[in-house]
Amino acid sequence: MGLDTTSMGGSFVGTKLTEAINWARKYSLFQYPFVTACCGMEFMATACSHYDISRFGAEIPRFSPRQADLLFVVGTVSHKLAPVLKKVYEQMCDPKWVVSFGACASSGGFYDNYCTVQGIDTIIPVDVYIPGCPPRPEAVLDALMLLQEKIQNAQLDRRSVG
Amino acid sequence: MSQYVVQRLTERFPDQILETHAFRGDDTVVLKRDKLLEVLRFLKEDAGLNFDLPVDLTVVDWWRKKEPRFEVVYHLYSLGKGHRIRLKVPVDEDDAVVPSSRAVWAGFDWYEREAWDLYGIRFEGHPNHTRILLWEGFEGHPLRKDYPITKRQPLTALLDGKQE
Ligand code: SF4
Repeated sequence: MGLDTTSMGGSFVGTKLTEAINWARKYSLFQYPFVTACCGMEFMATACSHYDISRFGAEIPRFSPRQADLLFVVGTVSHKLAPVLKKVYEQMCDPKWVVSFGACASSGGFYDNYCTVQGIDTIIPVDVYIPGCPPRPEAVLDALMLLQEKIQNAQLDRRSVG
Repeated sequence: MSQYVVQRLTERFPDQILETHAFRGDDTVVLKRDKLLEVLRFLKEDAGLNFDLPVDLTVVDWWRKKEPRFEVVYHLYSLGKGHRIRLKVPVDEDDAVVPSSRAVWAGFDWYEREAWDLYGIRFEGHPNHTRILLWEGFEGHPLRKDYPITKRQPLTALLDGKQE
């Protein structure tokens, strides 16, 4: 956007502008579902009409990381897959957020073994964790609202203004 | 019903059979490795046996419990005759090799690669003897009981301050 609101400091205009941009951002999240395992079923349930994730402005999955700003890591990530996850994350443009969906993505779950990444936060930064194996759709929506809160309260800096 | 299979095997290869036993109707034949391929071919090609379905191939690691350490286990089924049989072939740790059954049942191709990948049993004569699940460069065979349970071999650099 080429806006440098940091230079406006805490001025009235700067603050209001930040609020407006954050407000717009939090209601237009384009997700990239990185779905690897059983948690995907709950993700689909959340995305479909019954729970209707579009009420939160995040209904459109993009299957190219370049078109997405929210990475949903859904399921078990193995060490063999880890480089792919990292690459997908790095291909996304700033500003970007990551949700770790379920016990496996957050901590490796019960796969405390030779092949499973013990939490994706060991390889990429994570904004919101959703507990559960798998999480209920309500928990996913709760996480989405937490993320929106985080986005609304974010300070714009060079990185996030892009 | 598979008693018939055991009987046929005993008649045909009396010197190859180490032991037979049955548990709730499931028959098992413990075999020597020497003529394994011949035995497998016989099971598949004999008109009365006709084991045409390779159901499963796996390995048991009896580390510190039994000698020899490994047992290669074959589960076979005959669709036409309805026979079912389990074969076990004990192999030593220092000499963990069995002849590949790939030439008898193409269906065992990936099973043998998996057994190599996870247990480190070599299948002599397999046309593509490579790992199937783990990546090339992975050290060791993780389903062996002496593979350290906390050992990790990450492919990606970890973020600062993070550990496995
Ligand atoms: S957390 Fe549970 S449901 Fe989700 S991917 Fe792991 S095992 Fe499957």
